[in-house]
Amino acid sequence: MKFVTLAAAAALAIGLSSANAEPVKVGMITTLSGGGAGLGIDARDGFMLAVKQAGNKDLEVIVEDDQRKPDVAVQLADKMIQSDKVDVLTGIIWSNLAMAVVPSVTAQGKFYLSPNAGPSALAGKGCNPNYFSVAYQNDNLHEAAGAYAKEAGFKKTFILAPNYPAGKDSLTGFKRYYRGELAGEIYTKLGQTDYAAELAQIRASGADSVFFFLPGGMGISFLKQYADSGIDLPVVGPAFSFDQGILQAVGDAALGVKNTSQWSKDIDNDANKAFVESFKAEYGRLPSLYAAQGFDTANLLLSAMAKADVTDADAFRAALEAADFPSVRGKFSFGPNHHPIQDIYVREVIKEGDVYTNKIVGTALSDHGDAYSDECSM
Amino acid sequence: MSLILLIEQVLNGLQFGIMLFLMAAGLTLIFGVMGLINLAHGSLYMIGAFCAAAVAAATGSFLLGLIGALAGAAIAGALVELVVIRRLYTKDHLDQVLATFALILIFSEGTRWIFGSFPLFLNVPEFLSGPVTLPGGIEYPLYRLTLIAVGLAVAIGLWLLISRTRLGVQIRAGENDREMIAALGIDIARLYTIVFALGAALAGLAGALVGAIQSVQVGMGEPVLILAFVVIVIGGIGSIKGALVGAILVGLTDTLGGIFLPEFLKLFLDPSTATSIGSSLASMAIYILMAAVLILRPAGLFGARA
Repeated sequence: MKFVTLAAAAALAIGLSSANAEPVKVGMITTLSGGGAGLGIDARDGFMLAVKQAGNKDLEVIVEDDQRKPDVAVQLADKMIQSDKVDVLTGIIWSNLAMAVVPSVTAQGKFYLSPNAGPSALAGKGCNPNYFSVAYQNDNLHEAAGAYAKEAGFKKTFILAPNYPAGKDSLTGFKRYYRGELAGEIYTKLGQTDYAAELAQIRASGADSVFFFLPGGMGISFLKQYADSGIDLPVVGPAFSFDQGILQAVGDAALGVKNTSQWSKDIDNDANKAFVESFKAEYGRLPSLYAAQGFDTANLLLSAMAKADVTDADAFRAALEAADFPSVRGKFSFGPNHHPIQDIYVREVIKEGDVYTNKIVGTALSDHGDAYSDECSM
Repeated sequence: MSLILLIEQVLNGLQFGIMLFLMAAGLTLIFGVMGLINLAHGSLYMIGAFCAAAVAAATGSFLLGLIGALAGAAIAGALVELVVIRRLYTKDHLDQVLATFALILIFSEGTRWIFGSFPLFLNVPEFLSGPVTLPGGIEYPLYRLTLIAVGLAVAIGLWLLISRTRLGVQIRAGENDREMIAALGIDIARLYTIVFALGAALAGLAGALVGAIQSVQVGMGEPVLILAFVVIVIGGIGSIKGALVGAILVGLTDTLGGIFLPEFLKLFLDPSTATSIGSSLASMAIYILMAAVLILRPAGLFGARA
């Protein structure tokens, strides 16, 4: 008899608690096929790892592949909002896709948490109370590379980036903190894989150092050809060309290169150690920057769910703004435009056994926000 | 702009052109002999690179990797011809484009399924790495010089094959009149499979050679495919000689345009705008070249058919 009462009480309690907390539905749109799939897969795996660890029954995640195409991403967002009735969207890796999706998502009153893309247009005049960038503002890592170049005493740096909006943001960000003169400034073609011509120009320019932003396969090609060209100048760049996923493809050519990142697997805090261990155990590979960003995004969302109901948008937004979660980056808070204020580190590429990875060698910028927050009014 | 830089850039353009030739030669051969538009040629390039990376990683030898690339791409090409392409000869070009486009998607996702979505490692072998000093004090990577040499050797080999061997006679005859050579007792189906596998092997060789200095990843073939089409349109569809001349023209235009247009614009504009506009114009240069060639010679430089 006692047992039955207990069971009934327990059943009642379960019924009560599920009636209490409104379930949250998350739509994740990310790149899972095509050339840039490695980034989206890592962001998704990091995100899902945090979801699994939390074991929160009130969180439901729908994952879809945007194929790195803006039109597909827009269709998926419409479908998720209209027929799946999601409350929160996340996942987009590329800035051009984010520009196509985010404004319409926030205009429909949904939340968007960015696990990677942080275009300047959404940080300044185009900022929105429902948009949070959990990774960085696009310029940040390049600014840190500029700060490092200044610190390292580079006097004549040769800079190059692809000819597209994020590439222009990159060189602008670098020049914002760099104080020496430029040996040359080149915009390469987006998707270019042969850099022989640029390398010849670097050699002829009399530069004392090289800064480049060439994400993904472009960076692999550049570094291999750079190592083979016999040019022996110090190289610095943002973490995107030195990430866990692509370092193995570059090999020795990347050893010793300095790169800037807001995360590294050797940041010394408990959340990060636990994250690196559990990611390795779950997926059998080392986590990348994108995995760390996905993991933080999910934990931010979970922290807000613990504090507020998603149907109460103002309370939920305030809970997100508080950023009350153990970030794998350590210190983490949001600035007035909902972009991170965080430390950005200088890492060096090393070899651990057979695996190429990064270790932190210094801090480029502390408690760094972004250059656009003044233009944001919300 | 020094003379050394100029010579170095000409070498770069030449090397780029020669690699394009390896792609374009197979494409133009297949089109010339079979009348088939093969969009999946870029996938064969990717297969070559992945085979080379896998074999080189397993054996530690770049040369075995190259053999693996040739064999892998040729086998893939022969299989594709037997299973899919064979059904398309009598269809019009739209059906061929649709079917070979489907092959691109199948090969891309299949490769991801086997090798994962991260780029593979394939590097220049030790004995070819690093720069050499050429007469005049030009430092130039040895590997790129080797690429030029290999490409020229392949071009000569192809020319000998087409002009001096029995297979070459059959290929030339096949271009001119399919029914007639079939009537003369030549197994045209077998000839088509051989030509397709040969074209695939050339693409695979290019993929493996270029993969060592670029990144071996899914989707690496498509940008090259577009350039290879530009090359065969400029050179004249079906002509190997046209493919060689067209490839070198495109290689030089692309490389030198990318260097000199921004430099030229810097004479009138501030450096930032000049590089930005200059590099945009440089991306268009090869298409402008193609348009100019087509206006003057609608069949391409060495095209037989109008």
